[in-house]
Amino acid sequence: MMDFTLWDIVRNLLLSMRWTVVLSLIAFIGGGVVALLLTVIRLSPSRWVQWPVMAYVELFQGTPLLMQLFLAFFGLGALGIQVSAWTAATLALVLFTSAFLTDIWQGCIRAIPPGQWQGARVLGLGRLQTLHHVILPQALRLAIAPTVGFSVQVVKGTALASIIGFVELTRTGTMLNNATFKPFLIFALVALGYFLLCYPLSLYARHLEKKLNVTGSR
Amino acid sequence: MSLVRVDALHKSFGHLEVLKGIDLKVSAGEVVSIIGRSGSGKSTFLRCLNQLEQHDSGRIEINGQVLDANSMAPALLSENVGMVFQNFNLFPHKTVGENVMLAPMIVRGEREREASRLARRMLERVGLADRFDAWPEQLSGGQQQRVAIARALAMSPKVLLCDEITSALDPELVGDVLKVLEQLARDGMTLILVTHEMSFARDVGSRVVFMHQGRIHEQGDSREVLSQPRTPELQQFLSAVR
Repeated sequence: MMDFTLWDIVRNLLLSMRWTVVLSLIAFIGGGVVALLLTVIRLSPSRWVQWPVMAYVELFQGTPLLMQLFLAFFGLGALGIQVSAWTAATLALVLFTSAFLTDIWQGCIRAIPPGQWQGARVLGLGRLQTLHHVILPQALRLAIAPTVGFSVQVVKGTALASIIGFVELTRTGTMLNNATFKPFLIFALVALGYFLLCYPLSLYARHLEKKLNVTGSR
Repeated sequence: MSLVRVDALHKSFGHLEVLKGIDLKVSAGEVVSIIGRSGSGKSTFLRCLNQLEQHDSGRIEINGQVLDANSMAPALLSENVGMVFQNFNLFPHKTVGENVMLAPMIVRGEREREASRLARRMLERVGLADRFDAWPEQLSGGQQQRVAIARALAMSPKVLLCDEITSALDPELVGDVLKVLEQLARDGMTLILVTHEMSFARDVGSRVVFMHQGRIHEQGDSREVLSQPRTPELQQFLSAVR
C-alpha cells in the first residue's frame, strides 16, 4: 500500500476541486441560460404556454437531485443512450439549477406591485415595453441576492455527482479514504474545501442584499 | 360635441354587477367630480374610461374614438386619456425627470433632449422644476403625486382621470396637489375625478356626479347638487362625509 503524506492528500483534493468548480460553473451558467428562456416563456399571457413551464419547475423542485442524476445516468443508459458521468452530471445539474432559478426569477417579477404595470399601461407602454423599461430593471435588482445565494446550493449539489462516478472533490475524498483509512481527516478536508467555495458566495449574497435593499439610489 | 361619451356601460366582476348602465357626457374643459360611497362603482367606472378594466357591454367614446382594449394597443388607448392614481405608481428605479421622460421617449419616440425639455416644462407646471434629478423616494407624498401629474401631462392627454389622488396623502400635503389641479382646470384641461374633497368639487368642479349602487343616482351643477341634494341617498351621503 502506498503512503500518503498530508500534502499528498491536500494536493489531490485541491486538484479535484477544479472539477467541482467547473461543474458548478457549467451548472450555474447553463442553468441560468435555460432559466432565462423559461422565465421569458412563463411571462406569456397564455395559460397553455405557462403550464408546461410550471410543471417543469415543480417536477425538478419536487424530486431529489440524486434521483435526477440517477435518471440522467442509469435511466438514459437503460434507454440505450450511453452517457458519460460528465454528460449525465452536467445535464442533471443544469436542469435542476434552471428549475430553481426560474422559480426565483419568476417570484421577483411577481413581487413588483401591479401598480407599476398599470402606471406604465396608462402612459401607453405595451407589455414588452413595460417589461423592458419598468418591471425587469426592478426585478433584476431583487433577483441578484437570492440568485447568488442559490449558487451555494449548486456548489454543494455537485457533490452528488460523485455517486455516478464523476471525479470531483467528494469522489476524490472517497478514493483517498479508501487508500489511507483516515476518514475523519479526509472528509473534514473535503468539507473545508466546500466551505472555502461557498462561504465567500454567502458573504457576497448577504452584502448584495444589504446594498440593493436601498431603493432609489443606483 | 362631447369629448367623452359613455352609453349604457355595464361591468360585472363574477356575479357582482358593479356598473349597471352608466350614461355620461363630458364636454371639453369640464371638471367632473364623481362622488359616492365605497363600492358604488366610481373607481371601476373611472378605470373603464382608460380600459384598465374592460367593460362587458355599452360604449365608451373619447375624442371621437370608440375604446376597446381587445383590439387597441395601449399607446392608442392612452392617446387621449391620462390617469393619476391614489398611490402615485411612480417608477422607483428612475429619477423624477426620467419618470416624466419615459413615455414621450418610448411611446412617442422623442429624442432624449426633446423629452428632457418637455419633462422640465411639465415639472415646472406642477412646481417641481428643481427636483428633476431627485429620486421619487426622496420626495414627500404630495410631491410624488405632483410628479405623477406631470408624467401624465407629458403625454398631452385630452382628459385626465384622477382616482382619489389625495386619499393617500397627509392632510397638510393635500392642498398643494389640489392647487395644481385647480390650475389645470383653469388652463382648460378636462378632468374627471373620483374624490372625497367636497370643497374642491364645489369650488373648482363644474359638475358633480353622485354614484349609488352602480348607477348615476344624481348629477348636476356642483354648487347646486352639493348645497341642495334632491335624493335622500345623496343627502344621507353628504351629511355622512361632512
